[in-house]
Amino acid sequence: MDTIYLDNNATTMTAPEVLQEMLPYFSELYGNPSSMHSFGGQVAEKIREARAKVAKLIGADPGEILFTSCGTESDSTAVMAALNAYPEKKHIVTTKVEHPAIKSLVEHLGTKGYRTTFVPVDSKGDLDLEFLYGSLDDDTAIVSIMWANNETGTIFPIEEIAAQVKKRGIVFHTDAVQAVGKIPIDMANSSVDMLSISGHKLHGPKGVGALYIRKGTKFSPLLVGGHQEKGRRAGTENTASIIGLGKAAELAAKNMAKENLQVAALRDRLEKGLLERIPNARINGNPDSRLPNTTNISFEYVEGEAILLMMNELGICASSGSACTSGSLEPSHVLRAMGVPFTCAHGSIRFSLSIYNTQEEIDFVVEKLPPVIQRLRDMSPFWADRPQ
Amino acid sequence: MWEYTGKVKDHFLNPRNVGVVENADGIGEVGSLACGDALKLSFKLGPDNKIEDVKFQTFGCASAIASSSVLTEMLKGMTLEEAEKVSNEDIAEALGGLPREKMHCSVMGRDALEKAISNFRGQEAKKADGQIVCDCFGVTDKEIHRVVKEHNLSSIEEVTNYVKAGGGCQKCHADIQEILDSYKGDVKPKPAPLTNIRKIQLIQETLEREVRPTLKQDGGDIELVDVDGDKVLVRLQGRCSSCQASQATLKDHVEAKLRELVVDTLVVEEV
Repeated sequence: MDTIYLDNNATTMTAPEVLQEMLPYFSELYGNPSSMHSFGGQVAEKIREARAKVAKLIGADPGEILFTSCGTESDSTAVMAALNAYPEKKHIVTTKVEHPAIKSLVEHLGTKGYRTTFVPVDSKGDLDLEFLYGSLDDDTAIVSIMWANNETGTIFPIEEIAAQVKKRGIVFHTDAVQAVGKIPIDMANSSVDMLSISGHKLHGPKGVGALYIRKGTKFSPLLVGGHQEKGRRAGTENTASIIGLGKAAELAAKNMAKENLQVAALRDRLEKGLLERIPNARINGNPDSRLPNTTNISFEYVEGEAILLMMNELGICASSGSACTSGSLEPSHVLRAMGVPFTCAHGSIRFSLSIYNTQEEIDFVVEKLPPVIQRLRDMSPFWADRPQ
Repeated sequence: MWEYTGKVKDHFLNPRNVGVVENADGIGEVGSLACGDALKLSFKLGPDNKIEDVKFQTFGCASAIASSSVLTEMLKGMTLEEAEKVSNEDIAEALGGLPREKMHCSVMGRDALEKAISNFRGQEAKKADGQIVCDCFGVTDKEIHRVVKEHNLSSIEEVTNYVKAGGGCQKCHADIQEILDSYKGDVKPKPAPLTNIRKIQLIQETLEREVRPTLKQDGGDIELVDVDGDKVLVRLQGRCSSCQASQATLKDHVEAKLRELVVDTLVVEEV
């Protein structure tokens, strides 16, 4: 049975070109980029190239790119750097719909003497900007807001927010792991101070990330030790993965148009096909401002984990905001923050596509999913009694 | 990915007895759309008063559907008296086990069965009596007390796994902890037996603190001579040594105190 992979916001396939680029650095080219000899030096040269490619993807200067081990490390580095830079400031602003990499970190800091503000969203998942700006004060050390939401794909007006936050002289960070490579980002014309990137979300390898740090931003390292990354992140470089991330960034820049035309078209085909064939289904998120690859659909009167497991039997991979898949018995914090009724939150499925998906795959899902939903609905005590 | 047994998968993918029994004798409904799972169980008795037909409708995850399905298989052919004895553990066992986080699915099956039987007997299905502790899932203190007692639960997480309480906003965690704490005394391990040295120390302390001051008030005194097993050898002094009531003092006062505060098998003897 072939796998139809529609869970690309969880992780992506490592592009074959990326893998090829990486392989020599696991074998013959094992040198340490910090070494004086040219055997190590040639690896340092490749890392320089990778840095330039990542920088180019987001319109940054190579000197503004710091390699890390993952998106989470990039996020933690950014937040802690801002807090250390302004030790007298004790207020952190973020949103209610952040990925746990930021949400849990800020909640944790809330127990360590920091004041925290979580900006709410409306039913489409759009931020309450008035609330956000109203919450800023002289005590605010950092504002951290994701560029695009991983569950719904909703894109936030980051440039507009960053400009407003900068006006107040406050550091602005964005967790852009879902956005980089999917939508155009240009740090050269931006007020963003720091931006997090994750390798495996853009067809690079797992275990590598990057943090963009605008020149002139006060910074202190999270990991202290050796002088790697100009002293901004100690630890021997994950050479193969960094080089892989460079290649992935190069490919992403090349494929961006395809992402926004071909992938968006497939996503729309999937969404339209499912909504036409399945009654009592609704889209979560803002269809007008959304990542080209993501759709989040709620199927009323059925439960998400059951849908996922039945799709699994058909080789279809997706994910759910249902309580039963989170292990917490509580549906997705993102959908709840949006006020999505419990009745819909439990039956939500996120499909996230990539350039490797085909129309045949999408058509297969459109054909196979409606009977799955119907089967589960026929078992559900609420389906027969639903309000007509 | 949950770790499901082959039986859970089988009952989920090929559920038995889905639907509502026509002209059912008893119907039980539990759960709601809001809490993410719900079950409607209906049954009909045969002429022999055994369950002849039983069907379910479930909204929920794979293990909720599988729990309902396997329950209907178990119930067929049972008398109501037998059915009443089916526990949530029986349901989980019939499925070859459930992940701990999914135990509440089997509890739901049992609850629906209980309601269906009450419904048949014409009893008003037991209203949730007691006080709501968990607002998110409408769980009462009585229900929490019941699972804590029945399953010897010791953490909030375990309570959540069984009845969902505390799985939402978590505001009720302090209340659940209080309920858990109220059972702590029941399972408190017995204190380890005293070492000989500790026993002697305790005896000495008790004599110093509790016994000597009262004896001294009467112009007497007591001295610890030796401890041999449970035998405490003492020497009475001052007016006590010549007191007619000295034996009574030893037994009623000294020995009683030592038994109360040290070990209840001690015997006091005068040397």
